[in-house]
Amino acid sequence: MTTLDVPVRNIVGDIDKPRGGSLAALARHSVALARRSLIKTIRTPEALIDVTLQPVIFLLLFTYLLGGAISGGDRHAYLQFLLPGMLAQSLAMGGIALGQNLNADIEKGVFDRFRSLPVARSAPLVGAVAADVVRYLTVCLVMLGFGTIMGFRVETGFVPAVAAVALSIGFGLCFCWISVWVGMLVRTSGAVQGVMFLLVFPLSFGSNVFVQTDTLPGWLQGFVHVNPITPLVGTIRGLLVGGPVAGHLFWTLVWMAGLLVVFVPLALRAYARRA
Amino acid sequence: MSDLVVRAEGLRKRFGKTQALDGVDLAMRRGTVLGVLGPNGAGKTTAVRVLATLLRPDEGHAEVAGIDVLKEPQRVRRRIGLTGQYASVDEDLTGTQNLVLIGLLLDLTNKDARKRAAELLEWFDLAEAADRPAKTYSGGMRRRLDLAASLVGHPEVIFLDEPTTGLDPAKREDMWGVVRTQVTQGASVLLTTQYLDEADALADEIVVINKGRVIAHDTPEGLKRRVGGLTLKVRPADPARVPDALAVLDAVAAPGTNASADAAAGARPGAVSVPVSGDSALDEALPALRRAGIEVVDLGLHLPSLDEVFHALTRDQADSAAAKEAELV
Repeated sequence: MTTLDVPVRNIVGDIDKPRGGSLAALARHSVALARRSLIKTIRTPEALIDVTLQPVIFLLLFTYLLGGAISGGDRHAYLQFLLPGMLAQSLAMGGIALGQNLNADIEKGVFDRFRSLPVARSAPLVGAVAADVVRYLTVCLVMLGFGTIMGFRVETGFVPAVAAVALSIGFGLCFCWISVWVGMLVRTSGAVQGVMFLLVFPLSFGSNVFVQTDTLPGWLQGFVHVNPITPLVGTIRGLLVGGPVAGHLFWTLVWMAGLLVVFVPLALRAYARRA
Repeated sequence: MSDLVVRAEGLRKRFGKTQALDGVDLAMRRGTVLGVLGPNGAGKTTAVRVLATLLRPDEGHAEVAGIDVLKEPQRVRRRIGLTGQYASVDEDLTGTQNLVLIGLLLDLTNKDARKRAAELLEWFDLAEAADRPAKTYSGGMRRRLDLAASLVGHPEVIFLDEPTTGLDPAKREDMWGVVRTQVTQGASVLLTTQYLDEADALADEIVVINKGRVIAHDTPEGLKRRVGGLTLKVRPADPARVPDALAVLDAVAAPGTNASADAAAGARPGAVSVPVSGDSALDEALPALRRAGIEVVDLGLHLPSLDEVFHALTRDQADSAAAKEAELV
């Protein structure tokens, strides 16, 4: 170790005011922390399995194993029906890893350092969520890309398809706050996965992802109609293979706003208490 | 303006059934090192977490750099650096990425954050490893990076929670050097440790904590006076010369004490110990031993162990409680 002089304090201006105001500071800090999450993702590509390999396997399984039976032999028609729904399911599942990672970070003490720095309480969580954009974009590209190889065709056009991807990413960013909240509440990252599966499985299977709602018993139809996945699937289906969009889109946006209003404050409060 | 850079009064914190802090008062003067000494579970880490704004106490008041940690934590955070007990560097990030991230969160510009990171990596001998992920670092390198991370913002007050636990002796001395440099540059350092020698080497004042309470606050010298101070240990090459060594060392003994042959259970026989009042005793003992023709294989000054410190301090408390009771009667 050398005895080189450590330079003296050289911060200019008011040390108590964040540069450019507190909103600009929140944005800047969140970007810095999102970049941290992205570096981690790039360093551990195997952490992307749940948004690459896993949805592909599901797609293969349902199309070739169950698709014929469900659709009365027309696998291609079933793929056209299934893929938009499966995209929604993968988005819901893709958020689980975020809660797990945040939980592990807190356990390791990495967040103690962030919390001893003059950043907004919410910046570490907002940053981590923002970095998840990359994962949701990956899910969309993998599903559409692999789906195309299997014979899936977008029947609407380029702009609606891009809109479907954008909406999917937006929904993923809202839905993952549930996972963030759970990640703050439970003790281990394994428990995050357990709790989230309990939530995501009924939501994704108890919906219009795999079968037409009118084939279900009445009580189950009731559940399907109040399930947030249902309007999302309806919207994506409309945007990719045609059909009504406006009504589904309205309810999807309502759900997205609702998820944010409820779970962002819950997650922030749990985070403040946890550490 | 008060010259106390850390002031805490009556801190209490309970976790379930554990009273981690049971009325802790702390005071650290500007530009000094305060050593917080105590065994595992004494409440050292809890106290540091309260002062570093990570934890709200159930009761009590604390100021860091003259700012209330409960009322204005963000202002406190701009003035402190924290290195926790477990190196909290991000393993997937490189050394540079770790430090640049901290710099950006401290509102440095991208350019300044890079400059500061390079500077610190150089200073901590990590320049060569700067672009490797921290998970490839050795334990000592991680500790250094963690310490560097707490210095990015030129903090006024630095909290180091057991900064040398698990480090080998050479690395510990490196750490000590870093702490001393920070102090010469105007920072104040509060460090927790389980090692009396570490507190003795670095601290201007020492607070001893046990079971969530402060049981002593003194200078290292004052503390040593209370717990018995230094012991000079000599091991003659020839065990038969032990009686001669006893005679020689009696001459350097602290007033009112004698040299004794080590007979404690478990101790290897053949050594002589003598309580001494300062390290000048070493200068006297060496020539005297040589004059007497006693060859030695081991010779050194020893501080009392942490166990002995606690034993002595808790005995003190019991004594003074007994004295008070006697007065009342």
